[in-house]
Amino acid sequence: MSTIGVSVPRIEDERLLRGEGRFVDDLRLAGALEVAFLRSPHAHARIGAIDAAAALALPGVVAVIDGRETAAALEPMVFDIAKIVPEAVREATAPAVRVHPMPALPTERVTYVGQPVAMVVAESRYLAEDAVDLLAVEFEPLPAVVDAERALAPGAPRVETEWEDNEAISFAFERGDVDAAFAAAKVVVEESFRSHRQHPSPIETRGVAAGVDPQDGSLDVWSATQTPHLLRDFLARWLGRDPERIRVRAPDVGGAFGIKHSCYPEDLLIPFAALRLGRAVKWTEDRAEHLAAATQGRDQVHRIAVAADAAGRILAVRDHAVMNAGAFNLLGLVVPYNTFTHLLGPYDVGAFGFAMRVAVTNTAPVAPYRGAGRPEAVFAIERAIDRLARELGADPADVRARNLIGPEQMPYETGIVYRDGTDQVYDSGDYPELLRRAREVVERERFEAAATERRRIGVGYAIYTEGTGVGPFETARVRIEPTGRVKVLTGASSQGQGHRTTLAQLAAEALGVAVADVEVVGGDSAAVPSGFGTLASRTLVVAGNAVSEAAAAVRAQALEVAAGMLGAASYELEIEGGTIAVRGRPDATLPLGAVADFLTPFNPARPRGAPSELAAESVYRPGPVTWSAGVHVAVVAVDLPTGVVEVLRFVVAHDCGRVVNPAIVDGQIVGGVMQGIGGALHEEVLYDEDGQLRTGNFMDYVLPTAGETPEFELIHLDTPSPLNPLGVKGMGEGGAIGPPAAIAGAVEDALADLGVVVHRGPLGPSRVRDLIVAAAGG
Amino acid sequence: MADPGGEREVRLVVNGVERVAAAEPRLLLSDFLRHRLGLTGTHVGCEHGVCGACTVLLDGEPVRSCLVFAVQAEGAELRTVEGLAGEDGELGPVQRAFHEAHGMQCGFCTPGFLISLTALLEERPGASEEELVDALSGNLCRCTGYANILAAARAARDQAAERA
Repeated sequence: MSTIGVSVPRIEDERLLRGEGRFVDDLRLAGALEVAFLRSPHAHARIGAIDAAAALALPGVVAVIDGRETAAALEPMVFDIAKIVPEAVREATAPAVRVHPMPALPTERVTYVGQPVAMVVAESRYLAEDAVDLLAVEFEPLPAVVDAERALAPGAPRVETEWEDNEAISFAFERGDVDAAFAAAKVVVEESFRSHRQHPSPIETRGVAAGVDPQDGSLDVWSATQTPHLLRDFLARWLGRDPERIRVRAPDVGGAFGIKHSCYPEDLLIPFAALRLGRAVKWTEDRAEHLAAATQGRDQVHRIAVAADAAGRILAVRDHAVMNAGAFNLLGLVVPYNTFTHLLGPYDVGAFGFAMRVAVTNTAPVAPYRGAGRPEAVFAIERAIDRLARELGADPADVRARNLIGPEQMPYETGIVYRDGTDQVYDSGDYPELLRRAREVVERERFEAAATERRRIGVGYAIYTEGTGVGPFETARVRIEPTGRVKVLTGASSQGQGHRTTLAQLAAEALGVAVADVEVVGGDSAAVPSGFGTLASRTLVVAGNAVSEAAAAVRAQALEVAAGMLGAASYELEIEGGTIAVRGRPDATLPLGAVADFLTPFNPARPRGAPSELAAESVYRPGPVTWSAGVHVAVVAVDLPTGVVEVLRFVVAHDCGRVVNPAIVDGQIVGGVMQGIGGALHEEVLYDEDGQLRTGNFMDYVLPTAGETPEFELIHLDTPSPLNPLGVKGMGEGGAIGPPAAIAGAVEDALADLGVVVHRGPLGPSRVRDLIVAAAGG
Repeated sequence: MADPGGEREVRLVVNGVERVAAAEPRLLLSDFLRHRLGLTGTHVGCEHGVCGACTVLLDGEPVRSCLVFAVQAEGAELRTVEGLAGEDGELGPVQRAFHEAHGMQCGFCTPGFLISLTALLEERPGASEEELVDALSGNLCRCTGYANILAAARAARDQAAERA
């Protein structure tokens, strides 16, 4: 029986339910020292003298390391991805991208609140924090800039004094005659929409531990990272060591959502300290550090204009966006270019003009957060389409339906170059059907029936496309043990997505064994020589196909060897439940493990030249990305006197290609939607004008709770991707892409008679009240 | 600054077993459990009492172990996630419900949810929907979107009500 498409219960649950998970902070490293950081209290300041004498005098303090020491040993950090601009991207959008090295610890200036300035290594975290209090650092505050548009204005304080301005990236694109389309249009809407800054905040913060082998000096690193192999390679280069003598493990990782995919100063500094001191060193981030210093997400403002004919057909879109990169432009085009390539989403639009400017500011660095530029794009275009519908006096869903790319247009070339340098082509999907099916189950009437003059009901839509399964590669190795157990080793690590189950299903399917006989090992750089990691909704597409290919190769190998053992031709054999059988000869069977056992080097009967183990490795290198899509519909209630918005029902019609484990897919969607609801209603990272963080704890940065869970209705439309053998598409991020736009549309709909326009979130009670009061004429 | 010395013995019962370890007065109960007793199933997510990941039962009451000093728990009876399985080693009903309803993803917040729900159902086996939501609203989960956690809670409640 096939295991694909079956909600196999998760293999990873039992350990976690028993409290036997192993997260970085759970590891017990003999004699490990612990670290606390002194972090910048200023958004922008010159660093003067650092006096560590009192800290060093405290019993139990082993070392204080600051930028003067690290500057001599560690080059400023630069990530390869920040330097990548494919030629086709260059030709199409003429990007200017400033590579922006980040010192592990700064020597001259700090440029955001929370930036690490010095690290104290002590016998315990408690002592290390005591010592941080004893460090005397002279700071000379400098003018700071927080807002991206202000940072780009003439005369703004400069974040990097050697740059002539704060512009980190710019690019632009034009297709068709945009001006002519606007001139000919019957209806034009133009508005500014802001995707406010948010924080991914997984419940496990970051953590790094490192130990040095006293015999050979090899380095063991444990990090709550999404990309153990990339971190290993980064450490090898920055520490000047052989990658073979560095092993990076991501043990259990407690959620990530993008925030654990960068290499941080701490990822470099903890191993650096371990090497310098010759002892194990460990650091677990606390929540205050996490909210201040881990990367944040969103923070874009779009000036978007849409031109349409009288029937609501969109003739042209023009969008000028500004993004806030925070203090360091770490990852280059990744997020802003995603915004560009996802702006038009599922819509068939002729003329398109786009320009993006990215500014550095004195705030924490901004990097991918679940969706990585897509929710920002969707907020801009979907809000604009709602405005267009209002202008036309038409149903917003009808206006959307009128402009969708049809299934008959697939594969659909957008005329845009994707970030990997290939032409952007939607491989498959049926967007009108997704919308039709979502509309069928909105059940507006049920909620309208309970509406009152005070409590208004509104419905809002968001439709998105999502490029998923980006390369360059992922590695998988599949090995059959003599016991019959199957080991799957992969470079893709997990942060809760259930890969141990999903990838086991794929291996079981390809091999003909039970899922229970498959063990998946990920997150260990020693498991496979090369790997990439889990990010960008890529693991099922890239690692999944690698696992499937490697398992198929092992199966072929097993059948060939078994054919000799059973005196049959390999095409006469089949594998089911881990047993190889000859068709038509019920007595001729062989457990799969027996084939592996037969191949052991010490078996005298082993044929000459046969492999010495039953194993295969596959490196899957995908071509262009696969395109998932979804329609989100929010039904909300808005309480007029208090401004409280309640999401009552959330419909998701979704297409992520062939589904391997429906329960896991639904779990990813619902989890993503809830993050989106959090961002739509509550969550916002706030800095004051001087760059002081005002949302430094969970009382001020408010995550949604169980009490805010709406009823969910999920609809699947599974159009297989023609781009990979499994027909799968990625889906980890999709849930988070639509909610801010759909909820904004729903709130606007609920308040339609007041003429409220939602330009930004989060739609907490005070902002909604302000909108109501302003609409009522103050 | 606190005196880093002054360690004293703290004696308490954890999951039915008497445990003794040294703690300075400022040591948090969460750190004591995790790093002195090696019971790392209790997780720490915020250290300011909001996320609920560190919830344990202290004399039967759910408390955030990051807001309690270890010395305050002297003589107390504690239950942690490690103590939720049955005597036969099988997963307990609340644990099973989370598995069956896919009420967990990364599993980091899960111990706190399990403890909060256990506390509620031991006191009110037939808890209402409102009581379930209320009891679980003090725990943050960033992965699941709560829908399956609530489904697991309802299933565990139905079983508890049947047993009661």
